[in-house]
Amino acid sequence: MNDRNDADFIVETDHLSRRFGDLVAVRDVSLRVKKGEIYGVLGPNGAGKSTTIRMLCGILDPSGGKGRVVGYDIAHEQEQIKQRIGYMTQRFSLYEDLTVQENLDFYAGIYGVSRARRRARVDEVLETTGLVPRRKQLAGTLSGGWKQRVALASSTIHQPPLLFLDEPTAGVDPVSRRAFWKEIHRLAAGGTTILLTTHYMDEAERCHRLAFIFRGHVLDEGRPDDVVARRGLLAAEIDLPDTSHAAAESLRSRAGVDEIEHYGHTLRVVTHASVDPIELLREVAPDGEPRKARVTVEDAFVSMVRAEEEAVEPPNGAGPRPKAEPSPEGRGPGAPRRRGDR
Amino acid sequence: MRLHRILVVARKELIQLRRDRLTIGMMVMLPLMQLVLFGYAIDTDVRHMPTVVYDADRTAASRDLARRLEVTGYYDIVGEARGYDDIQVAMRSGDAGVALVIPARYGSDLARGRPAHVQLLVDGSDPQTVASASNTAASVIGALSALGAHRPPAIDVATSILYNPDLRTAVYIVPGLVGVILTLTMVMFTSMAIVRERERGTLEQLIVSPVKSTELVIGKILPYIVAGYVQMTLILIVGTQLFDVPFIGTISLLYLLASLFIAGNLALGLFFSTLAKTQQQAMQMSFFFLLPNILLSGFMFPFAGMPKFAQILSTGLPLTHFLRIIRGIVLKGAGFAELAPEVLSLAIILGVLVILTSVRFRKKLG
Repeated sequence: MNDRNDADFIVETDHLSRRFGDLVAVRDVSLRVKKGEIYGVLGPNGAGKSTTIRMLCGILDPSGGKGRVVGYDIAHEQEQIKQRIGYMTQRFSLYEDLTVQENLDFYAGIYGVSRARRRARVDEVLETTGLVPRRKQLAGTLSGGWKQRVALASSTIHQPPLLFLDEPTAGVDPVSRRAFWKEIHRLAAGGTTILLTTHYMDEAERCHRLAFIFRGHVLDEGRPDDVVARRGLLAAEIDLPDTSHAAAESLRSRAGVDEIEHYGHTLRVVTHASVDPIELLREVAPDGEPRKARVTVEDAFVSMVRAEEEAVEPPNGAGPRPKAEPSPEGRGPGAPRRRGDR
Repeated sequence: MRLHRILVVARKELIQLRRDRLTIGMMVMLPLMQLVLFGYAIDTDVRHMPTVVYDADRTAASRDLARRLEVTGYYDIVGEARGYDDIQVAMRSGDAGVALVIPARYGSDLARGRPAHVQLLVDGSDPQTVASASNTAASVIGALSALGAHRPPAIDVATSILYNPDLRTAVYIVPGLVGVILTLTMVMFTSMAIVRERERGTLEQLIVSPVKSTELVIGKILPYIVAGYVQMTLILIVGTQLFDVPFIGTISLLYLLASLFIAGNLALGLFFSTLAKTQQQAMQMSFFFLLPNILLSGFMFPFAGMPKFAQILSTGLPLTHFLRIIRGIVLKGAGFAELAPEVLSLAIILGVLVILTSVRFRKKLG
């Protein structure tokens, strides 16, 4: 594809906004995605991820700001954009009553892959995705992982320089997810830029760069390591001899504690940099051997979202927290958060 | 708009249609079943009405009258009544729908050249029966009295029935059936075909693709237009071959004008597809729409007999005008000039539907 400018950024937005009546779904989103990058957009449901992607794909007009995708203006050159991007929905929108090959043929036709090239291109995609033995199988009879592969193959049949993936691994088993990520990295190595949304924080760490979106705006953006580092968090964990929650309970009232989590017999604590989590664990569980743990993207994300929530709605003071020791967090004595909460 | 994308969509739709045995089955079986039902089972010209005779006269003349009525084929004499009480019992129980009462002086009055009286009692709970029964009886008795009369009646009305002299229901129904089946197929299958894309999430995928909504819609409905013409041909072939429906007019004119009707119904199907969230809803809407079509279009009940407001409603239905066109061409050999008012009405309805649908559709897809 010959794009108009050969700038480094394949996606570039400047204070992009979108209103639906009184609701501001997206506010001042400025993103820059480099060519060949795997870029993750993270955020809870309703944060504005889908609205942002819809604007970038040229199917929703922005109500404010501007943006360029594959060198074209998202408000005025939507047809050019549509030709040059691939898009995969989380529902793997396949025609279940068509065979794998018929699905690929259909999308190749829709994207105007010339008749002469179509055969060769479909064969090539079937080959690289390992779908050759299933080419005559109806898409509806495939398992989730295979459906995902066909959907990915369909959305890249025209070899777009930019690929959008909207929660691509929702409801896919771990083995298929790994295979999927291998494929994503293979595409990126081949020069395709990938912009994806996800709930899964472990997947976020597989991206080259990230943007955290919450309530319609970007909380932070950058390489996963940098984003985590900027949050200034420390983590440590300790193995507990029993299933008692006493240690966790006493941690809850400590200042500077960001997160307390249980992983079976292991207790993990995340603190602000001013507090040493190893010291803290030693105090509450003197028998154990605390060790340093890695701060994850998930830790950074949860911490950021919570701080944001407090800024809007101050804590109501419920719960048995002593006033003298105000924890930075506003939540009550809730259970540890699991992945995909909220 | 790019032709190749329309063809890609149409080809995909055709493959899906071919795999959908239920829809294909419905498309073929629906017209055939309706044909058989309307052609064989339903006959609005009522024959063999069970009749009781209360013959108080008991003369050769009175027996002659009863026999003459029976040989018309419209009356089956199922019993004799001994009085009005018997007649009432027979009517209430449904044993008889018609009763003939011949008073005691019938034979002697007739012999003396005096006006003779007979009474025909008809079960009015079914108006179709009333019309059939009284008409036939009147003509039989009229003929009889003319025979025995000494002077001819002052005014002699000569009625002749054009285009369907035997008054066969099939002749009237079969062309109409084309319209009804096309309405059902076009509205139901097209609305379902579009809603299916939305329901299964494939529409979302198509919206981000370069395919334009007009290309998508045209590509999706093309196979159904073909299906509509196949159905029409099927009904006309079976109708003319099996039910001896005459085809007097020009086939090409019918096929040409049918395109207007088909387009109108497709627009309506698309309109429903913007309202329905699921295929089931689309199907319900289509059936809901079909009912007034069957009742008000003149398919079963004559337009002229409807009250004013029903006539206004009826004028808004595409089927009303198409029925006049197809009956005009098939049964009467009407040409374009005679059908021009109907064609114009159909074109106006089509225009309104297309505007309405494209406004709704753009909003919904965007």
